[in-house]
Amino acid sequence: MPRLRRNKKRAPEPVRSRGRRAPIIELNDVTKVYPGGHMALDRVSLAIGRGEFVFLVGPTGCGKSTLIKTLIRELDVTEGSVRIAGRDIGEMPEKKIPQLRRNIGTVFQDFKLLPNRTVYDNVAYALQVIGASRTEIREQVPATLRLVGLSTKLHNYPDQLSGGEQQRVAVARAFVNHPPLMLADEPSGNLDPVTSIGIMQLLYRINKTGTTVVVVTHDREMVDNMRRRVVELYEGRVVRDEVSGGYTEESTTEFGMRMQAEMGVGPTGERKTNGHGHSLAR
Amino acid sequence: MSRIIFFFSEAFRALRRNGAPTLAAVITTVVTVVLLGVLIPVFQTAQAKSDEVRNELNVQFAVYDDATQAELVQAKEKIEAIPGVASVTFISKSEALATLKSELSDKSIVEELHTNPLPASFQVQATNASDLPQIEREVMGTTGGAKKNPISPAISNPFSRQQSTQQIAKVTSALKIVLSVIMALLVVASLMLIGNTIRLSIFTRRREVEVMRLVGATRWFIRWPFLIEGVVVGFVGGLIAILILWIGKITIVDPLSSNGDSFALAQHNSTIAFPVLIAILFGAAILVSTIGSGVTLRRFLRV
Repeated sequence: MPRLRRNKKRAPEPVRSRGRRAPIIELNDVTKVYPGGHMALDRVSLAIGRGEFVFLVGPTGCGKSTLIKTLIRELDVTEGSVRIAGRDIGEMPEKKIPQLRRNIGTVFQDFKLLPNRTVYDNVAYALQVIGASRTEIREQVPATLRLVGLSTKLHNYPDQLSGGEQQRVAVARAFVNHPPLMLADEPSGNLDPVTSIGIMQLLYRINKTGTTVVVVTHDREMVDNMRRRVVELYEGRVVRDEVSGGYTEESTTEFGMRMQAEMGVGPTGERKTNGHGHSLAR
Repeated sequence: MSRIIFFFSEAFRALRRNGAPTLAAVITTVVTVVLLGVLIPVFQTAQAKSDEVRNELNVQFAVYDDATQAELVQAKEKIEAIPGVASVTFISKSEALATLKSELSDKSIVEELHTNPLPASFQVQATNASDLPQIEREVMGTTGGAKKNPISPAISNPFSRQQSTQQIAKVTSALKIVLSVIMALLVVASLMLIGNTIRLSIFTRRREVEVMRLVGATRWFIRWPFLIEGVVVGFVGGLIAILILWIGKITIVDPLSSNGDSFALAQHNSTIAFPVLIAILFGAAILVSTIGSGVTLRRFLRV
């Protein structure tokens, strides 16, 4: 029975290979109506290729967060289909959802760290969930924390860290098993501009390893300066999808320096004293 | 194997780091188990005692002094044939007088009598004390308001040595109902109390569960540590409660019951044996605590 249904649904669409060519995210006429009638997403169609860095912007209530939630199937769409790496996740059995989420790193505005665990254990948990061996955990966790610049705070608890540091832990947890896709919902929403650039720099760096990164933000200045693809939502519809500014290949350091210069925060000299960014400037 | 170790270490970490809710859960379990441990034997004893009282109830029928032996035998057979009658005993005039004498403090009253004024009688006991009035009506032939027409010409009048037969029957059945209701309420209250405590402790950690789901933990991966926590809480709570009950038994109940039959509560035949009682309570504590945490978690695990 389910087989038949699937064939019926797929028939009108062009045949797509499920291999490397398929976009990592593909939305076809996705509509989401919340109980009560509010339409959060209105026939959104969107394709994001592997290795892209995409900003999702728009005013509050335009459906950005709803869109992110449909990508990890925290919400079911009302109509249309969401494909991740070629698979229609709406038809995925509930049992497979944890598997899906393990392949998508997620970062949120409120960090969502486990308050009872140390930095190390928070990051390790993501590996324990997928059944990684102790050896793997012992290798991967410190390496990832070094990447985000927190190798000295392994045994601190989240409430002993600054907001920027907590967000770095969240990024480390999302990235520790090297997922092909990373979603960041307002990752710098609670942070000051300098710290925000640090987080963006980190996401940029992660993107350079080949991971697709989707960042939700309403920091227009940041978006303009990053010069990456921007998808703008307004009242549940895609109203803009373009690459803003000239895209240039630059190193993480160059990126960080340019961002700081263009956004008019802290010259390079000051950065060394702020405690975060320095480890990324390699 | 490493997974099992992981689940256990997760459970114990949570117990340590959530000290206050853990303590609350343990104390709730202790209170509930102690309460049940005291009330189950009390309830059973009260039941048994009230049954005993009811069994002693009877109705007596006086017979005419001039009844012949044949008439008496026939009357006894007829009474025994009535449904609900457990036993019929003939009490002769002299037996009645002897009983009366033994019950009176001033025995001279009896001795001053020249003749025996007491009638001989049939003492009838019923399988169920509340049937006694019906039996009386049948023996006297007054069923359905008919005129008095005893089933045997030998029988003159019914009388109860305890005038309050009916009242006692009523009181004991009321007592049974009240005890059952109290017991049921207590069990319900205990379950709700435990459920609430578990819910509270999980509710404070719903964020934790949310994060676990987010990084792709399967339901059972999240659930196992919680279930193990439930088992540990039930185990520790049950253990403490049983210790309290045991101390109570050896310091209060045992000395009293060895003082002769003045306090026969714990010694009563129908009271559950102490080892069986603690086994049941212990098992129940662990089971309820575990099921409680499992069921409450379901709400937070919905995807």
